[in-house]
Amino acid sequence: MTARFILPLIAGSTLLMASQAFGADDTTLERGAYLARAGDCVACHTTEDGKDFAGGLAIESPFGTIYSTNISPDKDHGIGNYTEAEFAAALRDGKRADGANLYPAMPYPSYAKLTDDDVHALYVYFMDGVEPVADSAPETDLSFPFNQRWGITAWNWLFADADTFTPNTSADPLIERGRYLVEGLGHCGSCHTPRGFAEQEKTLDDSDDSYLSGADLNDWWAPSLRGGDGGDGRGVEGWSAHEIAEYLKTGRNAHATVGGEMTSVVAHSTSHLTDTDLTGIALYLKSLSANPAGENATTPDQRRTASEKTAAHLTAAKDLSDGERLYLDNCSACHLNDGKGAERVFPAIDGNSLANADNPTGLIHTILAGATPPATPTIPAQLPMPGFGWRLSDEEVATLATFVRSAWGNDGGAVTAEQVGKVRDTLKPSPLNRAPDANGRLNHDDRDPK
Amino acid sequence: MAKQQPRVDAVIVGLGWTGSIMGMELTEAGLNVLALERGADRTNEDFAYPKPADELEYGIRHTMMQKPKQAAVTIRRDLNERALPQRKLGAFLPGDGVGGAGAHWTGVLIRPTPTDLQLKSFADQAFGKGVLQDDMQIQDFGVTWDELEPHFTFFEKVCGQSGTTGNLNGEIQPGGDPFEGPRSEPYPLPALQDTQNTEMFDKAAKQLGYHPFPNPSANVSRAWTNPYGMQLGPCNYCGFCSRYGCLNYSKASPQTCILNALKQRSNFAYRTNANVTRVELAPDGKTATGVTYIDEHGEEVFQPADMVVLASYALNNVRLMLNSGIGAPYDPVARTGVVGRNYAYQIGGGIHMYFDDIEFNPFATAGATGRMFNDFSPGNFDSAQYGFIGGAKMHSSQASGTPIKTPLPKTAPKWGQGYKDALRKHYGHHMKLSMTGSVMSYRSNMLDLDPTWKDPYGMPLLRMTFDWKQNEHRLSAFMRDRLREIADVLKPDYRDESFNLEGSHFKVTSYVSTHNVGGAAMGTDPSTSAINRYLQSWDVHNVFVPGGNAFPQNFQANPTDLIGALTYWSAKKIREEYLKNPGPLMAQS
Repeated sequence: MTARFILPLIAGSTLLMASQAFGADDTTLERGAYLARAGDCVACHTTEDGKDFAGGLAIESPFGTIYSTNISPDKDHGIGNYTEAEFAAALRDGKRADGANLYPAMPYPSYAKLTDDDVHALYVYFMDGVEPVADSAPETDLSFPFNQRWGITAWNWLFADADTFTPNTSADPLIERGRYLVEGLGHCGSCHTPRGFAEQEKTLDDSDDSYLSGADLNDWWAPSLRGGDGGDGRGVEGWSAHEIAEYLKTGRNAHATVGGEMTSVVAHSTSHLTDTDLTGIALYLKSLSANPAGENATTPDQRRTASEKTAAHLTAAKDLSDGERLYLDNCSACHLNDGKGAERVFPAIDGNSLANADNPTGLIHTILAGATPPATPTIPAQLPMPGFGWRLSDEEVATLATFVRSAWGNDGGAVTAEQVGKVRDTLKPSPLNRAPDANGRLNHDDRDPK
Repeated sequence: MAKQQPRVDAVIVGLGWTGSIMGMELTEAGLNVLALERGADRTNEDFAYPKPADELEYGIRHTMMQKPKQAAVTIRRDLNERALPQRKLGAFLPGDGVGGAGAHWTGVLIRPTPTDLQLKSFADQAFGKGVLQDDMQIQDFGVTWDELEPHFTFFEKVCGQSGTTGNLNGEIQPGGDPFEGPRSEPYPLPALQDTQNTEMFDKAAKQLGYHPFPNPSANVSRAWTNPYGMQLGPCNYCGFCSRYGCLNYSKASPQTCILNALKQRSNFAYRTNANVTRVELAPDGKTATGVTYIDEHGEEVFQPADMVVLASYALNNVRLMLNSGIGAPYDPVARTGVVGRNYAYQIGGGIHMYFDDIEFNPFATAGATGRMFNDFSPGNFDSAQYGFIGGAKMHSSQASGTPIKTPLPKTAPKWGQGYKDALRKHYGHHMKLSMTGSVMSYRSNMLDLDPTWKDPYGMPLLRMTFDWKQNEHRLSAFMRDRLREIADVLKPDYRDESFNLEGSHFKVTSYVSTHNVGGAAMGTDPSTSAINRYLQSWDVHNVFVPGGNAFPQNFQANPTDLIGALTYWSAKKIREEYLKNPGPLMAQS
C-alpha cells in the first residue's frame, strides 16, 4: 500500500474539538489537557497506531511485560465509571477502583506529589476531553510471585509514601514550579534516578544526591540531570538553563539532539509545555549540585586539548587507525573532524553523554540503526541519522565505537564485536538501516511503475 | 462511474516546491488542503548517507526522474515536422515523486533582474524597429521587482540562500553582484567556499573588467533553521547535488525546507501515486469542480474541491490545462489562443579547458560552487548593435566530480584503453567556462496536444515544438567570444568548445537544461497570457497555475527563485482577496 492519506494529529485541534463536543468548563479542561501532556500519559497509555489513551502498550519491566490500561472515559473498557476520589487514588496511591494495586510501572509514587487542584483538572480532562474507546487493553499476566498484586502493598509501604508537594515558600517560585513538574507529573526520576534492590527509585526528591543522578534504562544510559556546579563539567552541567529549556522544547540544542526513549518524551510532552514551565524546570535542574567528579575525571582544559589533538589528526589524515578511517568515511560529513557537529542540526559527539556512558549499548544501537529526532511544534524538521548496520560489520562498528569513545575529550571504554552483535540481534528492520535496493528503488517505491 | 472522495477546500496537483508552498499558505489560511502526487513518496530517509552517492543509479539511470513510459513529451523542431515521443530522457529531466525536481536540482538560487521582469518594455525602449526577429513574442511578466521583492526575500530564507550581497536597498556592496536588483535584506548565509576554478575565474574576469560574484546557492554554507523551523545541515562539498537527493540534508528542497512542517498540520493531507489526468469543470466552464485522478490500483477517482492548484511541472501544468479545456489552445497560424503559447527554454554553451599541471579536486564541491558575472544581462550592455536581445550569466561552476560524467577532450577515445588513459590524464585537470543564456519566445515555439500519441490512460501526450532561433544563435556567438577572451587569459593546455551557433538545431538526446518555461504564461492581457498576474486562470477563476509555465520567456539564469517568489505572490493574493470573494482577480477588459 502506498497511497497515503495522512492526517497528523495536532494536540491543540483535537482538544478544541473535544471541548466543544463535551461542553465542559474549558479552562479547567484545557489545564487538564496540558497537565496530561506534562505527565506524558499518552506515552504509556497509547500504542503506536492505537487510539489515544486506549492502552495496550507493552512495557518491559524486570518482572515481565506489563500492558498499560485503557484510561479513556469508556464506562466498560476505560475509567468512565471512576469517581474523582477513585481517579485520585489511582493517580497518587496506585489503587484501582476495585481496590487492587496498580503495578508501579505507573509512576504513582511521583504523581503522589500532585495538588488536589491538578488532580481535579486531570479528572475533568479525562472524563470530558478524551474520546471514549471501547477496546479492552490486553491483561497483564506476570508469573508468580509478581502476579500477586497484594504484594505491592508492602512495596508501597516501603517506597511510595511521598506526600503531596509542598512548595518551599522561601525559594524562587519559578524554581519551585520546576521542582513540582520534575518531581511530580514529569516523573523524570523514573528514568534518571538509579533504582534500588526492589527496583524502587532510590529517592523521589532532591533530599538525596542520588536524585536524577543518571541510571541505566533497558541498557540505555539516561544521563544525570543534575545541572549545578561541582562535577566534571560535562553533560547538563555544561548547559545553560536556556539550553536545557531549548532541548526540552525542540529536542535539540547547541550540544545535543535527543535520542532513545527521551525522543518520545520530547515529542509528546516537553515540547508542548509553556516557556515559563520549561524555564522553571531548567532552573530547578541547574539548582541541583552535579554528581561529584570521579578520581580519574578529566578537566575541561584537558578535554579541550585532547579535542584539538584529535581534530588536527583527522584533518591531517596521516597514519590513520582503522577507527579513524571508519569515522572519516561514515561520520565526519555531519559530525565533522572536531566532533562538534553543526549547532542544533547535527549533534556533537565530543562530550556526548551517550558516547561516554559506561554502557555502550545506546551508542552501538545508534550507529547500527540510526536515529530520527522528533518533529516538535517549533522545530518540525527531522534530519535522520542513517543506520550503518547494513554496511559495517560487528568488528567495524566496535572499532568505530571504540574510536568515538576515546576521541577528542571522550573517555568511554572500548567496545567489542560481541557487544555489537548482541545489539544487532535486537534491531528491527527500518528504512534507515536498509541496504540500497539492487533495482534502485527508494524506500517508498514499493510499486513498479506501470 | 468514477469513485468519489470527500470534498476538500483546495486540491493541489503535484507536491514539489510550488505545491508545498501553496500547501503552507492555504492551510495557514484555514483551508482543508489535499495534495495529489503522481509519483511515490520521498522523505529524508530516502536520502540517508551514503545511498544517494551512486552516479550510475541516479546520474545515469535517472532514478529520481519521470519515466518516459509514464509521461513522455513528443518533440518536433518546427510546425511541419511529425513529432515523436521521447523514449529516453535527454535534454531535460523532470522529477518524479514528492519533492519533484526540487529534490534533485543543483541548488542555484538566483533572482532575475528587474529588467528581466519587464523585458518587452525594455525592448520597446532600447531596440529600434526591425532589429529583432519579427516572429518574437516576448512580454512583460505583469509583476514588478518591487512587488516580488518581499517574496524573494522570504523564499530565500526558507531555502537558506548562501551568497554575497551585491545591492542592499540601493547601496552597492563589495564582492556581490552590482547589477542585481536592490535587496531588502542581505543573503541569509555567507557564500560557499571557493575552489581552484572559482579563484582562477574570479581573477581572469576581474582582469577583463567584469564583476564576478559567488553563485547564489541553495546548498547551504552553514547550518540553517528556516522560518518554518525546518533545518539544513552545513554542506560538506560531496558533489552529489544535481540529479541526487542531498545525503547531508544541505540542499534546499521541499523535503528539507517545508514538508515536515506541512505534514504536522491537521488540515493538510496528501496522496501519492495519484495521477491527475484532468480538471473537471462545471457545465458553464467557468469554475472547476475538482480533479480526476488514477489511483495506485489504476482506478479512476473524482476528487471534488472548491479550488484547484496546478502545481506540477511546467510542461505537465500546460498539458493538464489543455486536456481539461481550461483556456483557449494556442494556434500558431491564426495566432489566437493562449495555452501552449510562449513556450521557452534555456540555452547553454561553454569552453572546456584542460590544464596538465593544475589540480582542481573536482570531488570536493557543491552543486552551486562557482563564480558568475551579470555584466551581460539585458540592460547591462548594448546588445542591439549585435542584433539580439537577452543575455547570459557567465560562469565557471564546478558542480560535481563524479567519474562517469568526467569531461574529456573531444580527441580522447570514447572507450577502451585510450579512454582509460585519457581519464587518468585529465581527471581533476579540467575547468569549464560556461554561459547560461536567455531564450525568447516565438510564434512557432509552442506546446499543444499531440494528435497521435497517448499515455496509458488514453490521454494525449504533450507535443513540444521547439528550435533555436537566430536571436539565440547570435547571443551564443557573442558570449562565446567573451568566454574565449577569458580562456585566453587563463591559457589552458588544451581547450574544446561547445555552443549552439547558426545552423545548429535543438537536440533532444543530450542534456541541455531542465528549465522548460512558459506555455501558460502570466500577464495582464488575456489575449496573450493564459493566467493573470496572480497566476489565476483567466477563464476558470478557481484554478491557479504556479510554476515555470508562467514565464512569458526565459531569462539568463535558474528559475527556482522566481518560481518560489511568484508562488508566494499568488498565495498572498489568494489569502487576502480571493478567499473572501472568489472570482476573477483581474477584469477581462
